[in-house]
Amino acid sequence: MSGSVDIRFVVRHSGFDLDVDLEVPAKGMTGIFGRSGAGKTTLLRCLAGLEAPLAGRLVVNGDTWQDSSSNTSLPVHDRHVAYVFQEPRLFDHLDVRGNLDYGRKRSGSRAERVDQDEIIDMFELHGLLDRQTEKLSGGEAQRVAIARALCSAPELLLMDEPLASLDDERRREILPLLERLHRSLDVPVLYVSHNIDETSGLCDQLVVMDGGRVVANGELQSVLTGMDVPVLAGREAGSIIDAVVTDIDAGFELTTLGFSGGEMVVPGVIGEPGAEVRIRIRANDVSLCRQRPIETTILNVLPARVDDIGADTGPTVLIRLRLGEEFLLARITRRSLRGLELKEGDELLAQIKSATVRS
Amino acid sequence: MNGWGPLLLSFQLAAVTTIILMFIATPLAWWLSATASRSKPLVQTLVALPIVLPPTVIGFYLLVLLGPYGAIGRWWVELTGDTLTFSFTGLVIASCIYSLPFAVQPLQAAFEATGRKNVEVAWTLGASRIDAFFSVVMPQAAYGFVNAIVLSFAHTLGEFGVVLMVGGNIPEETRVISIAIYDQVESLNYSEAHAMSALLLIFAFVVLLGMFLVNRRLSRR
Repeated sequence: MSGSVDIRFVVRHSGFDLDVDLEVPAKGMTGIFGRSGAGKTTLLRCLAGLEAPLAGRLVVNGDTWQDSSSNTSLPVHDRHVAYVFQEPRLFDHLDVRGNLDYGRKRSGSRAERVDQDEIIDMFELHGLLDRQTEKLSGGEAQRVAIARALCSAPELLLMDEPLASLDDERRREILPLLERLHRSLDVPVLYVSHNIDETSGLCDQLVVMDGGRVVANGELQSVLTGMDVPVLAGREAGSIIDAVVTDIDAGFELTTLGFSGGEMVVPGVIGEPGAEVRIRIRANDVSLCRQRPIETTILNVLPARVDDIGADTGPTVLIRLRLGEEFLLARITRRSLRGLELKEGDELLAQIKSATVRS
Repeated sequence: MNGWGPLLLSFQLAAVTTIILMFIATPLAWWLSATASRSKPLVQTLVALPIVLPPTVIGFYLLVLLGPYGAIGRWWVELTGDTLTFSFTGLVIASCIYSLPFAVQPLQAAFEATGRKNVEVAWTLGASRIDAFFSVVMPQAAYGFVNAIVLSFAHTLGEFGVVLMVGGNIPEETRVISIAIYDQVESLNYSEAHAMSALLLIFAFVVLLGMFLVNRRLSRR
């Protein structure tokens, strides 16, 4: 099938099994999320051909890269993937320009598809081109590593926790670049991370792995609010809403964001009116009430309908709410669930205490 | 000083041996640095044997093997009509075995330090295995090649026991500098022996100093 990446891999290591059957679209960014040890890196390495699965099949955009039933396996350099590792792994016998050129020189006719100057601009590398790689800071080195991967004109870009080796400040420096990359370049990306904030900020599709298996796969929003995936139901549980900046209150330094379920006000001046943003709201930051609270400090109180109620086996319960076209997760105590006698279809109000906004 | 002939012969032997060793040791060291094969310890042992064995022992076995009735020697006689023992070619073969660890070990250490990580990057950027070896591994392991070349060359230059056993003492053919020095000492010709020994000492000192200076520069880079 065209336009997709069809993956079937079985790997047996001592003490670890990977058994994956997965189809992801060959466009946009697909997040692969899971705890460490879930098999994310092994999956990426099999995709790149750096590790040989016990059995497997890999079809990318209709081309068979690997098929153990016919003993086909393209060598790594014929797969046209690029791999960004956790650490930059720059070639220190070459300067920055030499590193960027390495893959481009070997990409044959695909080189025409890539505008190297545009990549250098995007990753702000102009001043670094003649630098020796060991003179770069951690953030600069990882920027070069990502740019080097893009310059090789890959058909598939694999990123294995590219921000994990960086401190928070460097992370904030590179994250916006990844978001821009996602929007302006036409390369499908598989992005491995154990950080759900990072994945949900960047990706359109989400694959969740646990214990070497795929436990969820689909459109980001629906996977996040599926409530049946234990890995996602923990402390980090939350949902995302894509919204547009509608108004900026310069006096109070607040930004109003509009979406199908209403309007939200968030602190800070974010972008210009009309800018598209993604809001992430943790289930722990959402509470529910039957009547509009009076004299509350919470700015965002939105009408919502109870869409689904999660398993009530612990002290807390996840509730999925519907706001217009969007979903929102709320975590409440089991006692509140009983006290308010919540059931599916109830109309009530969701109070949102805080939200993370990515422009 | 009539040591120039033997000195020149020693340099020829060392140069030919070093060139041949680079072709043998590079793939061998690369394999050793990357393999998880169960035969790795066995291969490592065989490569390292010349370090611990007395040169006379290696020389003795090579004499047996390369001699006109030995397995390799007989085949060589049939092929070329010449004997391997007491010939320059025989010395080259013996030196390659004797100096093998001095070529393999620095290369293996350099390849292990470079690691698989950079090679993997090169592969994912479209480099074939051979391409990645020449464009990434070799430049990054440059100091390993410098060490391997210097050590193989110097070690071959200084060999005595193996040469004496396999090559004997034929002027222009197998009388290398170390044998010539021994000759001079035996005939109590100390001034000649002094001159040749001093030459070798100075050469060894200069070459090793050069190697360590180059290493320091490469590791600072």
